[in-house]
Amino acid sequence: MAAELASSNRMEPQALRALIGRNKQSDKVFAIIGLLAMLVGVFALLWLLIGLAMDGGSRISWQFLTSFPSRHADKAGILSAWVGTTLVMLVTTFSAVPVGIAAGVYLEEYARRNWITDVIEINVTNLAGVPSIVYGLLALGLFVYGLGFGQSILSAGLTLGLLILPVVIVSTREAIRSVPVAMREAAYALGATRWQTVHDHVLPYSTGGILTGIILGLSRAIGETAPIITIGALTFIAFLPPAPITNEPPFISFEWLMAPFTVMPIQMFNWLSRPQAAFLNNAAAAGLILVLMTVSMNALAIWLRYRFRKKIKW
Amino acid sequence: MTRSGALLPPPRVSRRRRIVEWLIEGALVLSALSAVFITIAIVFVLLNESLAFFRHVSIIEFLTDTQWTIMFEEKHYGIAPLLAGTLVTSAIGLMVAVPLGTVIAIYLSEFAPHRVREFVKPLLELLIGVPTVVFGYFALLSVTPMLQKVLPDLPGFNMLGPGIVIGIMITPYISSLAEDAMRAVPMTLREGAYAMGATRFRNALTVVVPAALSGIIAAYVLGVSRAVGETMVVAVAAGQQPNFTLNPMEPAATITTFIVQVALGDLPHGSIEYQSIFAAGLVLMLMTLGLNVIGHLLRRRYREVY
Repeated sequence: MAAELASSNRMEPQALRALIGRNKQSDKVFAIIGLLAMLVGVFALLWLLIGLAMDGGSRISWQFLTSFPSRHADKAGILSAWVGTTLVMLVTTFSAVPVGIAAGVYLEEYARRNWITDVIEINVTNLAGVPSIVYGLLALGLFVYGLGFGQSILSAGLTLGLLILPVVIVSTREAIRSVPVAMREAAYALGATRWQTVHDHVLPYSTGGILTGIILGLSRAIGETAPIITIGALTFIAFLPPAPITNEPPFISFEWLMAPFTVMPIQMFNWLSRPQAAFLNNAAAAGLILVLMTVSMNALAIWLRYRFRKKIKW
Repeated sequence: MTRSGALLPPPRVSRRRRIVEWLIEGALVLSALSAVFITIAIVFVLLNESLAFFRHVSIIEFLTDTQWTIMFEEKHYGIAPLLAGTLVTSAIGLMVAVPLGTVIAIYLSEFAPHRVREFVKPLLELLIGVPTVVFGYFALLSVTPMLQKVLPDLPGFNMLGPGIVIGIMITPYISSLAEDAMRAVPMTLREGAYAMGATRFRNALTVVVPAALSGIIAAYVLGVSRAVGETMVVAVAAGQQPNFTLNPMEPAATITTFIVQVALGDLPHGSIEYQSIFAAGLVLMLMTLGLNVIGHLLRRRYREVY
């Protein structure tokens, strides 16, 4: 560029004006290309949603939500799938959230600069990049056969818990990092211990950021298909797992943890691999519900982040 | 890292309190170490089952045979067809995602008016939230039929459609990471360029992109590992048939779809088919690991300090 400018000193004014014009032209051209590129992304999202709605929108009804899968496409539904998804997500939340937040707190507030911390940090970064199907293989070897949990809700929930652990850790760290040091200094000045400072001050201030991370992680977990298939989840489940609440004392049963199950994306994949068009419509309907679930979770997370960013002024 | 290292709590705390503090710190350390345990567990499980697999199949056959017919009577164990499938679908995906993601990142960081940014960025983030199996549906029943109108010979199962959809899927990852890197470039560099009379486009191309190159490369590496590890789009729309070809118009299986296919068949624990998916997983893991190492080296090579 410098050479061009230097030579432009000796240019005729007309030629110089043409050069500037060309450069400005390239600006406009790129602005249009950029806009088009973004429109491609937005258009793809719309195309996908409209396609699903057109193929599956008419299948969504009360009957679809409250029926078991069936040989007859028009009688089939997603009852066992959404119940399974809910229960699996329960296990995922209870396994990944406490561990993830604790790990994030440790790395931000407690860890000393030494090689152990370095090893932990490298591991968290690398785990975030491991393909999800590898988590499925880990779970197949470890949970299903190694620990003998079988192809159960517990195995699936823990698998997805491992998968979203890095997401929870990273967002916890970011949220905690944004709390000013002055907050901690104030607490210490009043004689608070380290844990009291974290528990009473740092964590409450970072709730919004942590919550955003948890929602994003769960929305990813809800849609994950490959690891669940890998642990060998059955696809035809025409019954519900045992209820968590029973008539006899102690009124709470954990039998459902070991029950076979199916989840929304597996049900969709199952219908998708059948040749009959009617089942494809069912797949579209299940996909539409699934997308609405994940998209609304993501929208909630984006909104939360926006709100907290706007509200907090230190 | 701890920002309050110099601000340790005062020593006058009760003995009970001190034990509680100690226990809590222990629990937090264990939680943080879980990341290390998971990595060790992944490596152990993959290696353990793969070693059992390679007791039956020689590594030479695994690497040189051009057929993968593990589900048939006459078994061949050559990883090449699965690698070819992974290579083709990922390459198509990157051909879509790298230009698209880079242009979007440059546009959002250097060109877009504030309003456009605030509106489009969340939309692109929603694209990240769409489950992969839904993208599979999109590839099979929306994109492939449309491609068939242009290319009448295209079979219903092919690698082109899924490849393009993978590209659309990873575009937001690339654009959002690359944009973060570009926005981290200090304003003074841009001001310098503008002061010398650069237009926006020149400033983006000759100042911002080179300064943010290491971050942009990191975005590409993440995109590649997403594409290589992508499972459901290909499993739904590419036909799951191992096929030693680089022709994107043909159906094929990838490493990931093979794992899915075997897992769907409910094979007995300890059989050679069971072990083979761990060997395939090991190859996948080594590929993503290799990509990350290359990315790390490239990032170091192009890191700009400002």
